Amino acid sequence: MAGTGKAHLRERVDTIMRVEDLVVEFPAPGGRKVHAVSGISLDVAAGETLGIVGESGCGKSTTAKAMIQLPRPTGGTVEFKGQDLTALLDEDLRRTRTDLQMIFQDPISSLNPRRKIGDVVAEPLRVWGPADGDEQKAKVDAMLDAVGIDPDVARDKRRHEFSGGQCQRISIARALVLEPQVIICDEPVSALDVSVQAQILNLLEDLKAEFNLTLVFIAHDLAVVKNISDRVVVMYLGKICEVAEANALYEDPAHPYTNLLLGSSPVPDPLAVIDEDDFDEGELPSPIDPPSGCRFRTRCDRATDLCSRVEPQIRKVAEDHYVACHFPLADLPDGIG
Amino acid sequence: MTNTSGDNTRGGAPLLVVENLKTHFELPAGMVKAVDGVSFQLAPGKTLGVVGESGSGKTVLSRSIMRLTLGKNVHTSGSVMFEGRDVLNMSLKQMQSVWGLEMAMVFQDPMTALNPVVRVGRQVTEHIRKHLDVSKKEAQATALQLLRSVRIPEPEARFSAYPHELSGGMRQRVSIAISLACGPKLLFADEPTTALDVTVQHQILNLLSQQRKERHMAMILVTHDLGVVAGRTDEIAVMYAGKVVEKAPTWMLFSKVQHPYTEALLRSIPRTTQRNHTRLAAIAGRPPDLINPPSGCKFSPRCPYAQEKCFEEEPQLQTTNESEHAFACWYPVGTPENKEAFERNMAAKLPQTLAVAEGKVVDESIIEKALPIVGAN
Repeated sequence: MAGTGKAHLRERVDTIMRVEDLVVEFPAPGGRKVHAVSGISLDVAAGETLGIVGESGCGKSTTAKAMIQLPRPTGGTVEFKGQDLTALLDEDLRRTRTDLQMIFQDPISSLNPRRKIGDVVAEPLRVWGPADGDEQKAKVDAMLDAVGIDPDVARDKRRHEFSGGQCQRISIARALVLEPQVIICDEPVSALDVSVQAQILNLLEDLKAEFNLTLVFIAHDLAVVKNISDRVVVMYLGKICEVAEANALYEDPAHPYTNLLLGSSPVPDPLAVIDEDDFDEGELPSPIDPPSGCRFRTRCDRATDLCSRVEPQIRKVAEDHYVACHFPLADLPDGIG
Repeated sequence: MTNTSGDNTRGGAPLLVVENLKTHFELPAGMVKAVDGVSFQLAPGKTLGVVGESGSGKTVLSRSIMRLTLGKNVHTSGSVMFEGRDVLNMSLKQMQSVWGLEMAMVFQDPMTALNPVVRVGRQVTEHIRKHLDVSKKEAQATALQLLRSVRIPEPEARFSAYPHELSGGMRQRVSIAISLACGPKLLFADEPTTALDVTVQHQILNLLSQQRKERHMAMILVTHDLGVVAGRTDEIAVMYAGKVVEKAPTWMLFSKVQHPYTEALLRSIPRTTQRNHTRLAAIAGRPPDLINPPSGCKFSPRCPYAQEKCFEEEPQLQTTNESEHAFACWYPVGTPENKEAFERNMAAKLPQTLAVAEGKVVDESIIEKALPIVGAN
């Protein structure tokens, strides 16, 4: 899983974001480094929803944050509509970021407890929007209305008067108020109950159509990611394992790790076969000292000597289906490999 | 620790009988009816899944049965009979011989369940030495055996580790080892895998089923995730606003859902077998205020099928035709009355009905405005 390589990047005119060789490292005690993201490349087409899925520590949130330069990555480039964000000066970056917004995991702590909801949602407009107060207010009301919150009721309340689902909808309104082109959603539904989760997922789909948005959606729940995504990236320990169109990925997983994830996720069906004797004892290796070669080899039952020596490159296994594995679960098409 | 093969229990006396259990918390704002009249039975060696969203009372239920809700403002009534003994009226001293030895609990967050400044080995042996009359050496040998049985690699080395030196999955294995140490007959697992990654969740759930079978232990698995209980329980109780709204053997619950809340929960879960962009059915509004719950059926303000009767009279949990499938609903799913109710509500454009039909977000303020229309219907 090593996952370096760019075979999966597409040559499309409508590519809105293109990340190449992204590296994010954090300092660790003893002069060592945490290799959070190690050379990943991905692209997002306008109007598409890109899902990024993986377990904790796989680097999915770090990747998303690095895409909006929070913080600036250690290496690699992030292009937004052809412009390299990593090369921009701080002030230019600040202007460009109005087109890139983010929704966070914890809806409650992402709203300021002491400010009124109307002010929280209006804040981006005070920095970037129209100077006219009435215009700002109309905009805030329209956005609250779009996310199913009654602006007349909510405007003067504070966050503790709302449920988790409502707070998440308010954060979505705040992200939308500057009419961004890309919204990065970092685990937006994992803190919510299932019934509320469905509301937010449906709402994101509706808003995406209404405001022509492009979404980058990060989650650890495979079913949630499949529901909302057009294309899905599976990550493991800072590397890409597999990239494919959402339905194809779940029907024909090519990477052993994708297969392990799918086999582990609980299915609400009593007749679904559960392999109770399956005791994969695997643990996530340390990102400070990741395994050589393919990073997944320590947990992979197909691993051979080759996997410890040579890092697999991303290659095509089917139309719009790419995998970084020496021994994928799919047959390679003729002439490739 | 009795080992019996298979998990087909011989009939006979149930291990646990809960009758009309109520746990209310007295707060300045009023009485919070967290658990409000729950009854069920559990046979030895069986697994009951308790499913509900946050605030449904599932955790308070399991803690009340174990008598772990010891605040001064807690009012518990009803009866809990464990092997014929009345748990709610036991003294604290008597409870100390029940905790760990006969009933044990695995908590959601293994980091806070373990003591951060005590080595894990001692946390396991402490328990064994307190409850079983054994020497320090014997306790250590048992503890190592336990750590091995919960599949902790190199248990000798981990014995002297502190909790922070272990991963989340390993910590949860340690807390499972502690809860199994004295061979309880009933294990409560309260969201044991919610804090863990899916692959680790799979390992821990497998471990729990394996240990349950080997030890012929009964288990109450509390979770918000219907996927977790689907393949791993004998029976499921669905809780809503402090009450059990539907209870049935697992296969029956999934094949013939009767309560609109269970139906709505199942339809709101995205599945990997669906195509992408499948529209999910959303449940309108949010769970009720437990201090002033709505009159009639507690789910009525959010229910797509709600009729006048639902807002006025509360349905009781009952079974039909001697089947084991119990539910509390006036218009159960799949009946002609239910279909009629749905059509009537669709025609009246009731917001909660539209929420299910179209997956729209419907806020509670909108529901409140719409309610008088229903009354006039």
